[in-house]
Amino acid sequence: MVEHKKNAAAYWKANVRLIWISLVIWALVSYGFGILLRPLLSGIPVGGTDLGFWFAQQGSILTFIALIFFYAWKMNQLDKEFGLDEE
Amino acid sequence: MSQFAINLIFVGASFALYIGIAIWARAGSTKEFYVAGGGVNPITNGMATAADWMSAASFISMAGLIAAGGYANSSFLMGWTGGYVLLAMLLAPYLRKFGKFTVPDFIGDRFYSTGARLVAVACLIIASVTYVIGQMTGAGVAFSRFLEVSNDTGLMIAAVVVFMYAVMGGMKGITYTQVAQYVVLIIAYTIPAVFISLQLTGNPLPPLGLFSTHTESGMPLLQKLDEVVRELGFQDYTADVDNKLNMVLFTLSLMIGTAGLPHVIIRFFTVPKVADARWSAGWALVFIALLYLTAPAVASMARLNLLTTIYPDGPTAEALHYAERPDWIRTWENTGLIRFDDKNGDGRIQLYNDVPAFQQTAEARGWAGNELTVNNDILVLANPEIANLPSWVIGLIAAGGLAAALSTAAGLLLAISSAVSHDLIKGSINPKISDKGELLAARISMAVAIVVATWLGLNPPGFAAQVVALAFGIAAASIFPALMMGIFSKRVNSKGAIAGMLAGLISTVVYIFLYLGWFFIPGTATFANVEANWLFGISPLSFGAIGAMINFAVAFTVSYLTEEPPQDIQDLVESVRYPRGAGAATGH
Repeated sequence: MVEHKKNAAAYWKANVRLIWISLVIWALVSYGFGILLRPLLSGIPVGGTDLGFWFAQQGSILTFIALIFFYAWKMNQLDKEFGLDEE
Repeated sequence: MSQFAINLIFVGASFALYIGIAIWARAGSTKEFYVAGGGVNPITNGMATAADWMSAASFISMAGLIAAGGYANSSFLMGWTGGYVLLAMLLAPYLRKFGKFTVPDFIGDRFYSTGARLVAVACLIIASVTYVIGQMTGAGVAFSRFLEVSNDTGLMIAAVVVFMYAVMGGMKGITYTQVAQYVVLIIAYTIPAVFISLQLTGNPLPPLGLFSTHTESGMPLLQKLDEVVRELGFQDYTADVDNKLNMVLFTLSLMIGTAGLPHVIIRFFTVPKVADARWSAGWALVFIALLYLTAPAVASMARLNLLTTIYPDGPTAEALHYAERPDWIRTWENTGLIRFDDKNGDGRIQLYNDVPAFQQTAEARGWAGNELTVNNDILVLANPEIANLPSWVIGLIAAGGLAAALSTAAGLLLAISSAVSHDLIKGSINPKISDKGELLAARISMAVAIVVATWLGLNPPGFAAQVVALAFGIAAASIFPALMMGIFSKRVNSKGAIAGMLAGLISTVVYIFLYLGWFFIPGTATFANVEANWLFGISPLSFGAIGAMINFAVAFTVSYLTEEPPQDIQDLVESVRYPRGAGAATGH
């Protein structure tokens, strides 16, 4: 029981950590590269405009997809590792 | 065959398909009615979620908004997709583990309070009803343009079709029709885009075409577009925005709002396992991205196409003669969505940005004001005609636009009816109701919801555009924070949650009313809705994110000042966090 509680707490901590990492990337590509940091990226040309524009209209969406699949894959692994997956 | 007959065949065939699915997927129990039996494959659910989410606004309006605003309107692209990251990591898996039927179910149980449940029901109904009006009117517009019936008749036909599959099949019927509707709408959206991309850039993939070379001028497409719009006094298409705070908050509001919209959340209750809920969110975004990556390409290409049609020899040369205008301008003039007014009497169409800064240039060219007004909404619908595509593509667009509007309407109606039959009737008024009785109640509430939505569609309150902002604001400020705190904090108690939801809801609604009119009654706005009047430059449409922060702050403050939630609630929070069954997890 105590053993199990420790295990569950560690699982939750790992999940929250993974969410933090993912959300930092989520914010970086959209609010960062796509909006606030766009002036800094203006020197990097992409098809007639700059990298910031690309992130705002395409790059962020592609990153979001990658993030969700990475999270799902990693969490399903953690579920098994901690023995908390559904039978 | 006439265009009308082709449109009729496409729309008729798609409707026959939806009704066929409805008959095949009848719901026999409340579990089937609310969550499609809970056995939907995650990829299938992803596709249904994409159709559920992508409304008339995504299909018809978004590309037009981006075409008009350029980079500044990228918020829609990031905001309406980024919410799925929040959904996949912060809400969907845990709510699936909780394993009940509705969003207020979770809020009511987690905050052990009928009051909290009722506040959630109220937020859900306001957000969903306001949203559904837009879908019904969108369906009406699509009908009247393509099937030459009146707006009202079109709306009635749409209501009857939704009625058939939503009332009969509930979530089960809706799920499988949404899959069919997704296929129809994505094909309809993509085909014209591919042709336009080929014509302008030679690249068959619109998202790549956006960043390729414009074949005719040999310049990059976006650079060419910037050049043309600049000559006509518009801001550069790719120009950066000054008010970045507002752009960030607007994007954030759309993201949080997306994650908090009940009709999207309940789609994740239909998959068999927690792991499936995570995958399903990813698949949903893949299917959504197919349209969202195409939309910005459609936006820039259609804008360039329109301007080169008006100025065949470049924006500094003579404009097109009105008498020589192409057929699609004639067709859309009939709807009133394109209007021409020959202000300088030269018989030519001058389209430019009529602002003081450009007046001198315009006068030098002999222009006496902008002469062509083009409604943003026609961009996608007129796309096949602008690109001279065969008439069956136009029929496809008609079916696609209707699929987008109807799939979202059905999802919203289900969210509303389950809140009424499950949360109000079973949850508060008559908890002893039998499964059969509840199923009947669900069907009746669905029917009533459709009648109300149709009535509101026939008598639109005249503020349809603003109310969508209200729907997102409410979802962002009230529902999302309550759900997230319910999962990630054991300390937030019922008093905190209710105070937080009310504070978020009221602050957002009041901020919107201050600028858009109290209860949207024209002329009652306290301040003119211009940037100079906004608090810290935050537009009323961007306030949802602030409302959410207020909700979090109030909920935590009140919770820490009052008692801890009871032990069984803390155990409930524990149990939603782990995919394995609660019984097994405590290991007794």
